[in-house]
Amino acid sequence: MAELNVSVVAVDRNVWSGAAKSIVAKTPDGEIGILPNHEPVLSLLVNGLVRIEPVEGDKFTVAVHGGFFSVDSNKVSVLAEVAELGTAIDVDRARASLERAKSSGVDTAETLAAIHRAETRLQAANAATAAGMH
Amino acid sequence: MGAQLRVYRRRIKSVQATKKITKAMELIASSRIVKAQQRVDASLPYTSELLRAITAVVSNSNAKHPLLTAPATRKRAAVILITADRGLAGAYSTAVLKEGEALNNLLKEDGVDAEHFLVGRKSVGYYKFRERAIAASWTGFTDQPTYENAKDIAATVIEAFNKSAEEGGVDEIHLVYTHFVNMGVQEVRVRRILPVEVIEMSAADAKDAKVLPLYEFEPGPEAVLDALMPRYVENMVYTALLLAAASEHAARRRAMKSASDNAEDLIKNLARMANQARQAEITQEISEIVGGADALSSASAGS
Repeated sequence: MAELNVSVVAVDRNVWSGAAKSIVAKTPDGEIGILPNHEPVLSLLVNGLVRIEPVEGDKFTVAVHGGFFSVDSNKVSVLAEVAELGTAIDVDRARASLERAKSSGVDTAETLAAIHRAETRLQAANAATAAGMH
Repeated sequence: MGAQLRVYRRRIKSVQATKKITKAMELIASSRIVKAQQRVDASLPYTSELLRAITAVVSNSNAKHPLLTAPATRKRAAVILITADRGLAGAYSTAVLKEGEALNNLLKEDGVDAEHFLVGRKSVGYYKFRERAIAASWTGFTDQPTYENAKDIAATVIEAFNKSAEEGGVDEIHLVYTHFVNMGVQEVRVRRILPVEVIEMSAADAKDAKVLPLYEFEPGPEAVLDALMPRYVENMVYTALLLAAASEHAARRRAMKSASDNAEDLIKNLARMANQARQAEITQEISEIVGGADALSSASAGS
């Protein structure tokens, strides 16, 4: 069976690359699932999670902020300003930054974005630990 | 010990202390070049994918974007100069400032006013001393720039670009930075980042280039382009900052190496002169003793 050749690239480093069976990502129009032999797509990503099912190993999630992805002849590139593997996120730190963002009390776009970012990271981290327990 | 000899010894000591410092700075700079180079390499995958994506949108759709189209009239241009925060890097900052001046003159000939966006304490100092207007400036990160810094700069220039001419907006954005070719060669480059220069591919080029697939754009070509263009500017600035940082370290290493070499030469010359002075002292003492003994013996012979 054909497989997807995935690379997750942040601005300053390569986060993950390898072969995958499927990818689920969130676009402004809703979630999109990519399986092998998908038609070429170039889409924006909303800040959130990208779920990747690699050919070998367990499913995992990546928290991405400010990114887009392109699919072309089974080559998938996920590009983001910030991308973190769920397993690499420190849960305590993510929780602390969420508390900090919430307690700042100002409802500016910036703090809302910070809260959203912290929540996404926490979700990714939780997904990673949940996968680890099974 | 004679006065002359003491002066030489003191100078040798002070030059030796200077040499120790320049040698240390040289070593630090060399290790930082490697790190800066690694950061440049690490940013390459993102850059190439981003450029590919933008090329795909522009060539596969009729999307028009304000950041892509050149305005009919050019009135004002933004010039971003990337220099160092610290000195002791040879002609690194001076070269960028000189190129900036050349660009200013070129723009002036075309009747375009230049607005200056400065990065690095050296350029800020240069402009403040000449009492020139500074549109915006950023300092404190030139040896280790982060993406946040680049975002900040990009946001400011894009804002200026989006303003209309009456409100003091600019029609084009130029970037002056030092390109890191390799350890030995760095050159100052001027690039126009906005409006983007659309490169028409000739038939021969098109044949060699891989044909881009017909992408489906989500949520639509315009929206994708809207989101990608600021990223493009950020990325251009970020890459330039990284290359400039690598060049800065390379320039500092070279400057410190020649300073250490010069100190060594100076120490060698001073040591020779000190030896000469010591020898002269000894010769003088001997001739004084001989002269004294002569005088004594001739005095006793005479009595």
